Amino acid sequence: MATFFARRLLQVIPVIIGVSIAVFLMLHLIPGDPARLVAGMDATAADLENVRRALGLDQPLPIQYFNFVARAIFGDFGESFRTGRAVLDEIGFRYWNTMLLGCAAIVFGTVLGVLTGIITAVYRDSWIDSSVLAVSLLGISIPPFFLGILLMLVFSVWLGWLPLTGMESWRHVILPAATLGIPNAAIISRITRSSLVEVLNQDYVRTARAKGLSELVVIGRHAVRNGMIPVVTVAGLQMGYLLGGAVVTETVFAWPGIGRLIVQSISARDFPVVQASVLLLALTFVIINLVTDLLYRLLDPRIKLK
Amino acid sequence: MTTDVLSTATQPVPLPPELTEDAVPPRRPRWSRVFGHMRKSKLAIPGGAIVLVFIILAILAPWIAPHDPYRNDLMMMLQPPSWTHPFGTDELGRDILSRVLYGGQLSILEGLFSVGLAMSVGVPVGMISGYVGGRTDTVIMRLIDIMLAFPGVLLAIVIVSILGPSLVNAMIAVAVYTIPIFARLARGSTLSVKEEPYIEACRAAGMGHFRILAKHIFPNIANTLWVMAALRVALAILTASSLSFLGLGAQAPSPEWGAMLANGRNYMLIAPHVVIFPGAAIVLLVLGINLFQDGLRLALDPKMAER
Repeated sequence: MATFFARRLLQVIPVIIGVSIAVFLMLHLIPGDPARLVAGMDATAADLENVRRALGLDQPLPIQYFNFVARAIFGDFGESFRTGRAVLDEIGFRYWNTMLLGCAAIVFGTVLGVLTGIITAVYRDSWIDSSVLAVSLLGISIPPFFLGILLMLVFSVWLGWLPLTGMESWRHVILPAATLGIPNAAIISRITRSSLVEVLNQDYVRTARAKGLSELVVIGRHAVRNGMIPVVTVAGLQMGYLLGGAVVTETVFAWPGIGRLIVQSISARDFPVVQASVLLLALTFVIINLVTDLLYRLLDPRIKLK
Repeated sequence: MTTDVLSTATQPVPLPPELTEDAVPPRRPRWSRVFGHMRKSKLAIPGGAIVLVFIILAILAPWIAPHDPYRNDLMMMLQPPSWTHPFGTDELGRDILSRVLYGGQLSILEGLFSVGLAMSVGVPVGMISGYVGGRTDTVIMRLIDIMLAFPGVLLAIVIVSILGPSLVNAMIAVAVYTIPIFARLARGSTLSVKEEPYIEACRAAGMGHFRILAKHIFPNIANTLWVMAALRVALAILTASSLSFLGLGAQAPSPEWGAMLANGRNYMLIAPHVVIFPGAAIVLLVLGINLFQDGLRLALDPKMAER
């Protein structure tokens, strides 16, 4: 296990380096001179030269990259073009807002998905099964921005139960979390169902039934436990995709998170903020995948440690 | 024993009459067999029908759209659905039904163009990576891992932010973000086919690597790729319209469904039809593709469908 852990950690390093190179190159791939981007359109040649020197843009690319990484490790991503504040100050609290939304969404999606998955596995091939299938197909076919708008229309505008936008109280979290979590629930529900159906055909389930255990104990104690292993992996991977999906959901609900910040910064051509936000989200995604992978092996000792 | 087999094999053996060419029973054409399998999935036929209707409506849009999708009529702003405007009008008085019909062209284009581009890059790269193996494979797969390290649509967003917002750039971004998925799939399938005896036979016969890849490996992994392609078309439409919704794709007067929702959102409290019709169009098209994909999976990839 320890060797597997170490190997898996080592595999992550080239990916992190690659991501940092990609994010670093972003500023240089944008058509036009990065110095002009900073100095503004009406800057003189002397201004441009000053900016170039101040940002180290006059140095060769590998050295610039090295400086970028060295500063990034200490949390220094420069200053926002738009507000002039340190990039990390702009990102910090928004990152946690996004994580809060992501966690609420994964809880919502997993609870709903596992529950409907268990129900459809137990009552498989009944009308309940097919109606849940129909709803989950709708769940993966609806674009997140439309789902968000529909939920807003129904629960905020027509029923008036929940607030429209912002994040003042826990009630503000419900609709964005549902928007992010519903497609997720659809996927988790299908995985739970197929995994559980497989488990329900196993000998030990038949044994449990044969010794006279109630159906609730058979399913709750014997089947669900073993059927949950693939669900953990999928839920973990989905958490990563939620980080990407958050960009759209945060824009719909005016949620002050990092995804909305990215979209606003792109429109304002505020590239230091875009770079730092993208790097942070990608690193989070890599770490979540790593943890999921390790958790999966811990849960199921049968999996060969390659 | 082996010499016996070889010596008889080289002799021209007269075929019994029922096995000569004319007597071979006509084989059902491939599309007919695929269609036969697809009917096993109850959902594939309605799904395919939905997709077909959308395609026909998109092609016929210039002839059947009741109004000009770009003509403003400020006297008719935000009208609810009526006989002259069955889906109502938007904030500039444009006819929403006409815009939704023209928008269908853009959404279908988004799906086909992005996935086509992604496949034309990802599939050869993945096949070569799996076929050649060794260091080439390691390097390519590391690059793919880096692309996959960007969560969800984030890679597409980064690419649009570099290229600048437009519908074409959004489609390119979705294609780039889809490349690693096809590269991985093509590599995996190539690996599983590569060691088969018939590939070894090709190599023994002195066939070139390119010919083996194109004529013998590709046809054997194509089914898996088409099934994935159908799934990715649905996702590409969702992603490209999300980018348009965020203002990073199709721009202002364009009747792209995601862009229509982005504008209509500001008026949804007083005129919900502005968002409901384009939104419902996306859901219906993507749902149709997803249903159709389920049947395609049963028909083309029976091994995968068993799971």
